[in-house]
Amino acid sequence: MKRELLTGNRAAALGALLARVDYLPAFPITPQTEIIETIGAWIEDGKMDCRMVTMESEHSMITAAGAAAVTGVRVFSATSSQGLLYGTEMLYTVAGWRAPFVLVNVSRGLSAPITLEPDHNDIMAVRDCGFLQVHCATCQEVLDSMIMAYRLAEDEKVRLPVIVNFDGFYLSFTREPVEVPTPDAVDSFLPPFDPGSIRFRANEPLSEGVAVLGGAAYSYFRYEAHLASEQGIEVFEKIAAEFSDCFGRSYGVLETYKSEDAEFTFVMIGSFATKAKDAVDRLRDVGWSIGLVRPRLLRPFPKEAIAKALKNKKGVAVIDQNLAAGLGGVLYTELSSVLYNQKGAPDVLLSFIGGLGGRDITPEDFYQIAAVTRKAVEDGETPPPRLLYSEEELLEVRKLQSVARAARQTRGGGK
Amino acid sequence: MISAFQRLKDLPSSHILGSGTPMCAGCGGLEALHEIYDIIGEKNVIVNAAGCMTLLSIYPFTPFRGSWLYTAMASAPAGAQGVRDALDILQKKGEIDTAEDLEVLVLTGDGSANGMGLSSTSAAIDRNLDFFYVCYDNEGYGNTGQQYSAATPHAARTATSRGVHGYPGYKKDLFAIWAAHRPEYVATAVGAEPLDLARKIEKAKKMKGPRLIIVLSPCPTGWGYDPQESVEIGRLAVKTGIWPLKEYEDGKVVHTKISRPRLPVEEYLSRQERFQHLFRPQRDEQLLAEIQNRVDAYWQAIEGR
Repeated sequence: MKRELLTGNRAAALGALLARVDYLPAFPITPQTEIIETIGAWIEDGKMDCRMVTMESEHSMITAAGAAAVTGVRVFSATSSQGLLYGTEMLYTVAGWRAPFVLVNVSRGLSAPITLEPDHNDIMAVRDCGFLQVHCATCQEVLDSMIMAYRLAEDEKVRLPVIVNFDGFYLSFTREPVEVPTPDAVDSFLPPFDPGSIRFRANEPLSEGVAVLGGAAYSYFRYEAHLASEQGIEVFEKIAAEFSDCFGRSYGVLETYKSEDAEFTFVMIGSFATKAKDAVDRLRDVGWSIGLVRPRLLRPFPKEAIAKALKNKKGVAVIDQNLAAGLGGVLYTELSSVLYNQKGAPDVLLSFIGGLGGRDITPEDFYQIAAVTRKAVEDGETPPPRLLYSEEELLEVRKLQSVARAARQTRGGGK
Repeated sequence: MISAFQRLKDLPSSHILGSGTPMCAGCGGLEALHEIYDIIGEKNVIVNAAGCMTLLSIYPFTPFRGSWLYTAMASAPAGAQGVRDALDILQKKGEIDTAEDLEVLVLTGDGSANGMGLSSTSAAIDRNLDFFYVCYDNEGYGNTGQQYSAATPHAARTATSRGVHGYPGYKKDLFAIWAAHRPEYVATAVGAEPLDLARKIEKAKKMKGPRLIIVLSPCPTGWGYDPQESVEIGRLAVKTGIWPLKEYEDGKVVHTKISRPRLPVEEYLSRQERFQHLFRPQRDEQLLAEIQNRVDAYWQAIEGR
């Protein structure tokens, strides 16, 4: 094992290399492109034995990935944002094929307005497609999740595709020290892919993705995939325990940080959770009883672990880096559904929306979130979802608008 | 190359595609698929896009002796890419031998082929994918009740072109679009001309690379005629010159069957409900002449007279 300074993208590429991926259907999109460029260079240098094919769209890319996986090779692919949505029809389809492969999504906000910067609306838009979802907060976790994700996808109790998700820019382009396991160690943890009976061979005809008539057959296969996904919890825990034995790093379905004895808790996913940890430390320094819960698995949703981790909390603040228009935060909604009817559910569960399109969530934001949560507990009233936005930000946008207006007036345009 | 198919009796006498599928009686697409499957055999995986023939494989039944993969409407050629690449990888690694290898055959309707599937087809040809593509062309979105598609001929009445002049557009020249990519092989065919079809499949089967064929698929329900007339309608499409039988190879287009003399287009049009507005309540001489002139102009350019 050696330590290297790696970006999240490079850590993902290295994960694919160590997993001995056979096939990479690819399509460039910011901020993911470094992954496929890195692998492309390794293939050309003879460092990696993999076939890479640049497709003409993410829709075709996901189709080819699923088709290759059900033919029996180990497949990797990567995308982001608009690409993930462009391929969404096929995400549902290949999950229905029970095609086990790993797809990286480097999270980025969705158009319109078009942006390159990160938030989680892309990954939340595909939360129900049947892919399992592993969310990373550090570059180390990206590499480790890649290796574990193949075990998870290919496990006979699961046999579903897995998305490894991490934030654009904040992780994709940020270098962090990463412990890189040796190929031998990974080989002994991750055996070659065994496609079992789902594979195309001339002497064993197989029909995949066939039509069904009537709800009984349809429901049967959809339920099967759902139940297989739910088994992903215990399978992940088993794989993570083995991973810990092999590599010394432990991953639960949740990461909890100083939350066991805390009265208040932040809940969020992704790289900004590392900022939340820092805020927890600073708040604890001034006497707060506060912690963090970060779901690592979002599909299957670790319901029991979440209910347990948040039991008897006074106040829980859910910070969503996504916005379900007309509703609020997606993670908040999911948490509410888990906690309702639970004995010892938190007294108040608050929703905060922030970090959209690359917007920072500052230490001050976290302090304010904590203060609002404590006040809600004291008042016994849960305020509506709060959209994090500062006066300075509003001023900044107003300034842009006045520049646009002035420019139009100088050109003699309309109002 | 001398074809093994010189006379009708040379065609396979045993049929390997199962019967009892939910295709309509008299389906010209199924007729062609039977003929193709008999020659191409069962050592393949058929990669399908949304269309009528998606209903050939309904759980847990299939008429195919070989494999099947249903993808979506737009990306069957990309599915073919994934399967082909995976089989190549497995052979290179020595995990399967050639006996376990499969031909990859895309099967889509004209809706997919001319519309949302065109991008993935174009890209598969760009990548020189070793695959076979069969488009059954019933000149409309048949599975949803024959709305017009880019393959619908001028003046045809469809569920979405019910006006007195029918479909205002012109049938997209998919053959020319495919051929412009300079793939290994492109052909048109029709089930009603089984020898011509058999020779084309026989030829393409021996090639590597992108091989694409459009089979005109007379459609009793969509075009409006008695199912028993399907073969006759298919023959008339060729005899009137409306459906030229041709192939593209090595940069050249060759017509494989030229009808002399050509029958008037009316003989084909008048047999179908979708063109009845050209004849009743009174003849639409202008439209009939336009259709005839276009066919004549096509053949004039080919035959030079």
